[in-house]
Amino acid sequence: MANTATHDHAHDHHDHKPHGLKRWLFATNHKDIGTMYLVFACAMFFMGGAMALVIRAELFQPGLQFVDPGFFNSMTTMHALLMIFGAVMPAWTGLANWMVPMQVGAPDMALPRLNNFSFWLLPFAFTLLLLTLFVPGGAPAGGWTLYPPLSLQAGDSFPLTIFAIHLMGISSILGAINVVVTILNMRAPGMGLLNMPLFCWTWLITAYLLIAVMPVLAGAVTMLLTDYFFGTSFFAASGGGDPVMFQHIFWFFGHPEVYILILPAFGVVSEIIPTFSRKPLFGYESMVYASASIAFLSFIVWAHHMFTVGMPLAGQLFFMLSTMLIAVPTGVKVFNWCATMWKGSISFETPMLFSIAFLFLFTIGGFSGLMLAIVPADFQYHDSYFVVAHFHYVLVPGAVFAIMAGVYYWLPKWSGRMYNEKVGKLHFWLSTIGVNVLFFPQHFLGLAGMPRRIPDYSTQFADWNMVSSIGAFIFGFSQLLFVYVIWSAVRSGEKAADRPWEGAHGLEWELPTPAPYHSWETPPSRAVISQGAMH
Amino acid sequence: MTRHARSALAAAAFAILGGLAPLAAHAEWGNVNMTVGVTELSKEIHSLHMTIFWWCVAIGVFVFGWMIWSLVAFRKSQGAKPDTTMTHSTKAEIIWTVIPVVILVIMAIPAARTLIAIEDTRNTEISIKVTGYQWKWHYDYLGEDVKFFSSLARASDEARQLKSGVNPESVENYLLDVDNPLVVPEDTKVRVLLTAQDVIHAWWVPAFGMKKDAIPGNVNELWFKVEKGKTGLYRGQCAELCGRDHGFMPIVVKVVTKDEYRAWLAAQKPGAAAPADTTSEPAADAAPTVAALPAAPRG
Repeated sequence: MANTATHDHAHDHHDHKPHGLKRWLFATNHKDIGTMYLVFACAMFFMGGAMALVIRAELFQPGLQFVDPGFFNSMTTMHALLMIFGAVMPAWTGLANWMVPMQVGAPDMALPRLNNFSFWLLPFAFTLLLLTLFVPGGAPAGGWTLYPPLSLQAGDSFPLTIFAIHLMGISSILGAINVVVTILNMRAPGMGLLNMPLFCWTWLITAYLLIAVMPVLAGAVTMLLTDYFFGTSFFAASGGGDPVMFQHIFWFFGHPEVYILILPAFGVVSEIIPTFSRKPLFGYESMVYASASIAFLSFIVWAHHMFTVGMPLAGQLFFMLSTMLIAVPTGVKVFNWCATMWKGSISFETPMLFSIAFLFLFTIGGFSGLMLAIVPADFQYHDSYFVVAHFHYVLVPGAVFAIMAGVYYWLPKWSGRMYNEKVGKLHFWLSTIGVNVLFFPQHFLGLAGMPRRIPDYSTQFADWNMVSSIGAFIFGFSQLLFVYVIWSAVRSGEKAADRPWEGAHGLEWELPTPAPYHSWETPPSRAVISQGAMH
Repeated sequence: MTRHARSALAAAAFAILGGLAPLAAHAEWGNVNMTVGVTELSKEIHSLHMTIFWWCVAIGVFVFGWMIWSLVAFRKSQGAKPDTTMTHSTKAEIIWTVIPVVILVIMAIPAARTLIAIEDTRNTEISIKVTGYQWKWHYDYLGEDVKFFSSLARASDEARQLKSGVNPESVENYLLDVDNPLVVPEDTKVRVLLTAQDVIHAWWVPAFGMKKDAIPGNVNELWFKVEKGKTGLYRGQCAELCGRDHGFMPIVVKVVTKDEYRAWLAAQKPGAAAPADTTSEPAADAAPTVAALPAAPRG
């Protein structure tokens, strides 16, 4: 071991790095691993997206035209698993890998080998998951929430799915530990916690959420596994268990998971809006406290996903009130972003456009979230397309737009080259129009009484389903532009300046462009830190 | 913001509203909001829904107005100069924490009141046990010895097969029609006890405002009281993913007058004349009231 360590040490200095396959297989560099995470996330995004298009193609018209209802259920289940665990979470880890060391003035992540391991678990996890499409009984079709007893009706896909989820969970926990250790131990001297950029803050909080709840998910799916194979009856009423208990355990993981997906988005947007408003972030400290409050509240609202399971009145009231309370810190964030733009000097480059769309559309998702918190109304909304519209508004123009904004924003620093602003803007407009045509009508469908997760519907729902499907195809295919714009930038984009955005502050912009392989080999001086902080 | 920009903004807003209006006028396109329903609770829920909706609209007008104003008024291309001294304001933070809390309290009070009414299952007059099966419903009129299954109607079932070639538009009440509807009297507090045989289902009739899960090993309850004079057919669907044919186990409730209900119930009892679709023994002494009501009501 000691030998290997000195060997690596000798070679890793400056830009010496292994070439070819070895560079990636044995990668310990935060940028290489970050790139792999992002490429992996992109691949999963397109695979999950293709499944979404199967869903929307089948729902284009009433009647079953293309797929069997069982396969349709597999598509909704796999779409969710791929998008949540394969696309959004790895994309955030990828961005954390790239940005956290650069933003805190460190040379790399604290635990590089762990970093390698946590990435390389993912291709195996998702190979297992995708293999289920080809096993007898088909891919899991009980919904990504895996509610028993339905999820226990799965065929041979069952153990593969459970093992894949375990691997994803281990990967997330290790990634989260790495972020925590890096942020707490590797900040440059002079950088206090409250000097950190908000992206580091929101990721630090996210990492704690991950460490807290991924083991809960692992426990829940392990109990499913023993119910399936070893005759336990944790969730089988016939053996003294309770199917509802699974839902409590699952959502105790599941609700913080929602904030795991969205908190880093708050961080990215909090970096981009000040840059293009040419003005420091308004209310930095209250943003930090608001993020922490959201994380805390996320642990005590889980049962709002299950208002219809028949809880006691007191329980329903508690979860209604605690859920409504989340609107307060979330509101503080939105108001702070508005105040950041107020009296700024705003320009509209692609990252800013995506952040503005985030602001508008995430707020719409927040409104429908508030409506869903009202228990009596939720008895109508629950498990209808209104819910589908709600969580896609917070996850697509919420989390996904923020990831794209972040990629556009930092790409010049990563690659040393600028993307084509015209194509970037085209990608933005097509995505924004597409996403609204896709998801806004789903509010109408849900309110009019269309349940979610159905492959076919009554003819009264035909019109808006057709509109929604058209939006899905616009949105889906315009994402090819995203790949094109990044590919062409990395290949042949114009050379980018060290600080390509005139309003950009933060340690990452104090590094040369493209960023050196080992970001900060010597920690930045206090002067550089305070110049970078600017808030 | 310049006067020019302001009028452009107003024009854009009107164009959007104007563009939507003809769509909303069209019958099917106009199906965009929660049904008011036919029970006291469904009406309360609807008004609660509209109240929160308008609160959200009001907050949205303020927040989006603020955003749009900033984006238009402080454009760099128009020579806006940033005010970099504006970094925080404790006063503003307190204001935009306290005001939302107040609004939430205002929202929570009627919500809690309605919720308490929903949970009040006292003084119910009829109890029906509803059991979810993959993929049909079973209805059991407790204490009446009347029970039957309710499955997707045949016409829909044929049309919904993969590549059936049948145009769903040609099937009346496509996917929302059953062989044997649940029959309940108007103006009566009906208690529904929900459970399931295999996996979790959920019983949802939007016009009654209620949805609740049917869970194996658990008994849940909900109640509804259809207003007097609101007889007719009300349709809903299973709302919890329950496997391959989750989309094909609709719920149809036929609301009749109390007299019609009594006659129907009597006809269903074992020993009464055979109703068409339920499997009871044919009896010689047919009850005279049967003719008053079609034995197999169809939607």
